[in-house]
Amino acid sequence: MFDLTGKNALITGASGGIGGEIARALHGAGATVALSGTREEPLRALADELGERVHVLPCNLSDAEAVEGLPRRAVEAMGSVDILVNNAGITRDNLFMRMSDEDWNAVIDVNLNATFRLCRGVLRGMMKARWGRIVNITSVVGTTGNPGQGNYCAAKAGVTGMSKALAHEVASRGITVNCVAPGFIATAMTDKLNDEQKARINERIPAGRMGNPEEIAAAVLYLASPEAAYVTGATLHVNGGMDMV
Amino acid sequence: MSDIAERVKKIVVEHLGVDEAKVTESASFIDDLGADSLDTVELVMAFEEEFGIEIPDDAAETIQTVGDAVKYISEAV
Repeated sequence: MFDLTGKNALITGASGGIGGEIARALHGAGATVALSGTREEPLRALADELGERVHVLPCNLSDAEAVEGLPRRAVEAMGSVDILVNNAGITRDNLFMRMSDEDWNAVIDVNLNATFRLCRGVLRGMMKARWGRIVNITSVVGTTGNPGQGNYCAAKAGVTGMSKALAHEVASRGITVNCVAPGFIATAMTDKLNDEQKARINERIPAGRMGNPEEIAAAVLYLASPEAAYVTGATLHVNGGMDMV
Repeated sequence: MSDIAERVKKIVVEHLGVDEAKVTESASFIDDLGADSLDTVELVMAFEEEFGIEIPDDAAETIQTVGDAVKYISEAV
C-alpha cells in the first residue's frame, strides 16, 4: 500500500524530529526526497542514512528570496516536485501583552508566509502534471489556541484557511491540499520535560501518552499517496483524542 | 491565418477541448469557450512555453479573447 515510486517530494524542516520521520516514510514508500532545513548537518546525516534518491537543499525560510528559489532548486535536483510537505516551523512564545512585533512577524514569516510562497512555487509544475500533493503541518493549537502562542496559533490557523482556499482552486487539476495537525509529539524538545510535567500533559490526552513522529509521518504518507486523491481541504488530526474536531 | 494564430488556436482547442470552429478571433475564453479563471492561467502558461515569452500578470489580465492572445504574442515575439 502507498507506493510513491517515481514521485518527487520536497520536505521542509527535515532536520527536525517530525520532518525527518516524514522524509523516512515518503522515502520508504519509494519517493525521491529533497530534504530542506536551515541546518545542513542533520540534513546530511539523514541523507547518508537514506542512501539513494535523496537530495539536500538547505534553505533559510525567513529569507523570502531563498524561499522563492527553493522550488526551482528542487526541480533542478529531482526533475519535478510532485509532493510538497511544509513542515518547518518556529516558535517565539510570549504572553500577548509582552509579544514584540519582531516575535510576531518572525513566526508569521516562517510558518505562514514561507508556506504560502512554497505552495505558489510548486503549483505550476503540479498543474501541468495534473497531479500534486501538498501537505501542510499545522498544530492542534491552531484550533484550540494556547496561552503564550498567539503568533504560532495565528500562523497555524492561517495555514489551515489558506490550504482550504487553495484546495478549492486546484481540485479540478488533480492536486490535493491538506493539513496534518499534530497534538503533543515526543521529540527532543519534550524529552527535556520532567516526569511531573509529562504526567500533567498526558492527563489531558485521552490516549494517555504523547504521540511519536512516526504517527505523524504515517498521516502525511497517506495524504501524499494516490489513494488519498479524493481527500482535499481536510485536516487530519493526530492528537490522541486531545481535541476532537 | 498567420502562423501564430494557428498555434494559438491549436493550444486553445487542445486545452479547452472545444470545437475548432468555435475558436474564432473574437471568441472570449471565458464567455464563449467555457474556460474558468484557472484555465485562463493555464492557457497563458501554455502560450509562454509555446512561444518562449514571458507574459506578466497585468498583461495576462488583458488577454480575454483568442484575438487578444494573438495580438499580444505577435508583438512580444
